[in-house]
Amino acid sequence: MATINELKESMHSGSSEEIVAEYLERIEKSKLNAFITVAKESAINRAREIDSKGEKGMFSGIPIAIKDNISTKGIQTTCASKILSGYVPPYDAHVIERLKEAGAIIIGKTNMDEFAMGTSTETSFYGPTRNPWDMERVPGGSSGGSAAAVAGGEAPFSLGSDTGGSVRCPASFCGIVGLKPTYGVISRYGLISYANSLEQIGSFATCVRDVTMLFDVIAGHDSRDSTSVDRIDTHLDARTYASALVNDVKGLKIGVPEEYFDEGTDKGVENSVRDAINTLEELGAKSQIVMMPHTKYALSAYYIIAMSEASSNLARFDGMRYGLRTEDSDWHTTFSQVRAAGFGDEVKRRIMLGTYALSAGYHDRYYLKALKIRTLIKQDFELAFKDVDVLIAPTMPYPAFKIGEKIDDPISLYLSDVDTVPVNLAGVPSISVPCGFSGGLPIGMQIIGKHFDEAAILRTAFTFEENTDFHNKTPEGM
Amino acid sequence: MITKKDLEHIGWLARLELSDDEKEKYTPKLNSVLDYFNELDEVDTEGVEPTYHVLQLYNVFRDDEPGIGSITQEEALSNAPKKQDEFFKAPRMM
Amino acid sequence: MYENRDGIMIGLEVHVQLNRLKTKVFCGCTTDYHNDPPNSHVCPVCLGLPGALPVINKKAVEAAIKVGLALNCRVEEHTQFYRKNYYYPDLPKGFQITQYDFPISSGGYIIIEGEDGEHRVGITRAHMEEDPGRLVHEGTIDKSKYTLIDYNRSGMALLEIVSDPDMRSPKEARRYLDKLRNIVEYLDIFDGDLEGALRVDANISIMGGQRAEIKNISSHKGAEKALLFEIVRQKNVIRRGGIVVQETRHFDEAREITLSMRSKEEAHDYRYFPEPDLVPLKISGWAPAIKATLPELPDARRMRFVEEYGITDDHARALTSELKLAIFYEDVAEKADPRTAAVWVCDVLKGELNYRDMTIEAFKKEHMLSIIELLVSKKITEDGAVEIIRALLDKGGSPEEIVKEKSLLKVEGDIVSIAAAEAIKENPGAVADYNSGKEKALNSLVGAVMKKTKGRADARTAREILLGKLR
Ligand SMILES: [Mg+2]
Ligand SMILES: [Zn+2]
Repeated sequence: MATINELKESMHSGSSEEIVAEYLERIEKSKLNAFITVAKESAINRAREIDSKGEKGMFSGIPIAIKDNISTKGIQTTCASKILSGYVPPYDAHVIERLKEAGAIIIGKTNMDEFAMGTSTETSFYGPTRNPWDMERVPGGSSGGSAAAVAGGEAPFSLGSDTGGSVRCPASFCGIVGLKPTYGVISRYGLISYANSLEQIGSFATCVRDVTMLFDVIAGHDSRDSTSVDRIDTHLDARTYASALVNDVKGLKIGVPEEYFDEGTDKGVENSVRDAINTLEELGAKSQIVMMPHTKYALSAYYIIAMSEASSNLARFDGMRYGLRTEDSDWHTTFSQVRAAGFGDEVKRRIMLGTYALSAGYHDRYYLKALKIRTLIKQDFELAFKDVDVLIAPTMPYPAFKIGEKIDDPISLYLSDVDTVPVNLAGVPSISVPCGFSGGLPIGMQIIGKHFDEAAILRTAFTFEENTDFHNKTPEGM
Repeated sequence: MITKKDLEHIGWLARLELSDDEKEKYTPKLNSVLDYFNELDEVDTEGVEPTYHVLQLYNVFRDDEPGIGSITQEEALSNAPKKQDEFFKAPRMM
Repeated sequence: MYENRDGIMIGLEVHVQLNRLKTKVFCGCTTDYHNDPPNSHVCPVCLGLPGALPVINKKAVEAAIKVGLALNCRVEEHTQFYRKNYYYPDLPKGFQITQYDFPISSGGYIIIEGEDGEHRVGITRAHMEEDPGRLVHEGTIDKSKYTLIDYNRSGMALLEIVSDPDMRSPKEARRYLDKLRNIVEYLDIFDGDLEGALRVDANISIMGGQRAEIKNISSHKGAEKALLFEIVRQKNVIRRGGIVVQETRHFDEAREITLSMRSKEEAHDYRYFPEPDLVPLKISGWAPAIKATLPELPDARRMRFVEEYGITDDHARALTSELKLAIFYEDVAEKADPRTAAVWVCDVLKGELNYRDMTIEAFKKEHMLSIIELLVSKKITEDGAVEIIRALLDKGGSPEEIVKEKSLLKVEGDIVSIAAAEAIKENPGAVADYNSGKEKALNSLVGAVMKKTKGRADARTAREILLGKLR
């Protein structure tokens, strides 16, 4: 599979139009269902334009796939929900503006769990996305379409969003690299909110360098997002994250949180991640066990906060200004019927649980309590990072599961997020990189860093990648 | 424990019309999730401050100057399922 | 001491639109939408499009602090925005960004002219929030077949000023509203003449009963009417042995009645929580600097007018009751006799303006100065001056033109003398009455002189001349 630099190379002899056409053809032939909308016409037109003008942006003429919860002006943006089918945003998200400035071409909008609520991309109104490594299995979620598209060769790189693991999980299940940056590093302007205080836009690619190049383009302060910050120079000499890509981990202190390797963890996963830590030690890093005692409670705290925020975020879908509209009766009834018809089961469940967690009499017991637990979890990270530079743990406790296996049991589905959600509660950065296989399915490990220290996790991931070849394996036939 | 009646109230608060089937279906599922959440009761959070924002940011403002984000009336109305003249059209109130 | 026999307790929630700002509270949309088509001053933020995020307008915060200080409130150390979750078609996000715990200011008061002299009304809090859109109904809200929505107003900065339930009559409520409006106008953050600039929700209970909340009041007169209606309604409920229930009622301005809005939607549970897309504010440090820029407020100005211009307290109160009027007066009083100016601006001009539903902006202060000059130099009579003011308001022009056009220059000397002689000749009866000691008969003779001079004679001069001739 071609890297970004390889595509840039090939553009010297060929054209953007050829590259775009090649990806479009693969999408057309694909059975992955990675895309909800393919922007065929606009992508080809833009490629021709770039070819004729000879634009020289960082990604000029290179196609990119965008998760369908990121607003794209003129291209349908559905959040994989019936309630937003046909909605065409009149504005671009901040990250889309940045990508367009860099010359990237939006090739399409990718499938996802409805409103990013899921771990498997099965809750999409547009049907599940399939895992390129095994068509019977889920690609992970919620950014499953974006990950499957990259792993399946349907896009060289893509954007997802990570509220509780939605970038890292599908990266892990699909055997690619996925980065969730520090909260606030990428503007959320235009990202359709699921849980505002937890989520970040993240990037997917087949290697650390491509993920980093993409990150460099989309990171940075945006005055339209009050929670956006500009901290790129905190841990970097040069003002690019790419400058952190050095093949060297000598003296790096790795923390291994034992709580992330509990009984539910698949043996193959545990072994691969521990082997990866050994590899890094052989390359000059040192590891030590760290204690993160509140990890156990992260899942409940995460779900309560996410559902509470979601119940409010999704209140705007009333069928008046955009989206689905059912037959009119009185306003309140129409509102309830639009939502009954437009939202899927999992979304309804989360809206109801969030409504309950915020409601009179339960607010303190659920919502407020969860926010206090969040404080304790954040403190766990702060304490651990006093002694170590990065933490390494499995991204997911097991490889990709079968489509339909967990979808009817919310708890078991939620449990698969156990290793990813603490990172979102603490707002720290984390990257998932391929580190092995179990039963022919890829395994991801996550490297977690301090606030704004993306440099450390990118360097660790890059060094690991340079000295191993897990990332070079591709699914059969792709 | 939430009852079917609680669920009806939640459905109303959330403006989600629920069929009888759905009420049957959702009640046990929501209860099993709430049961799981109840594990938080065992954590002593006495004196712990809640974390609303993970970054300690404050005083983020914009100047009182017209921005570039405004859209045209046509764009504003372009996604409206129903409109009349230059207005969005909603159902009757009562 | 005022006796509140019905145990009336009125508290008001006043929404003041900070319409002097250039942009809305959380987005860069412009605020000058009043003459433009619907939905033409909007953006993803104020339309509630998916993915849009709010950012606070710094000037709006400064304005809110200004108001808080003018209302004698504490400006809080830590302030924060919350989401108030409820549903209404004017609310594009399904929640309103407002404040809950940690409002920007609280614990103030203002002094009003109460039923029995000065009365202090507590200000519970003044907090910032966003305005919803505007709904248009065909006919009335309860009968209309559909609802039309214009989001131009959506996202305008509002200050919700919540009073303690300290008012004891509809009249006091109205006085409170007048005073409050007066204060915010003085602060130069608010133009009360724009549609929807100030809206009122009123809470009222009587005889220790439950309170009713009346919504949709758009004028001070409306507030008084709605409260009067509500007192009668609640009294009737109690007299019939019923119980006043806590509920929201809608004021029907046209019919001047309140209507119950009770329905399922009454089961409010706003599920407040801190707005995750906005970070907290630490702005109490701004208060001293803002306080230093506070303009002279109505009470201070009133006292200064009495002292500096030697006018009566009543005149000073009336003249300072509207900022524009106070400025008008002061400009005139600087160049003319302040007491004469007070009489003519306050007693005459204001009355004529009110009668025509016009504001002071309809009258030029140069014209007032000319009129006073004509009066002081005795070139016109007081009746003539009134006539000039009326003509200026009705037809425009200048005082000089009107004087000429209507021949209002005062007549003197010989003309009055001739008219007096004629009056004596033509009214022998009155002359006889006067000579027999009925002094009042002189008035009819003065009247006859005035009639003959078409009011242009000075009445006192005419009287003196008549007396001279009759002696
Ligand atoms: Mg309010
Ligand atoms: Zn706007």
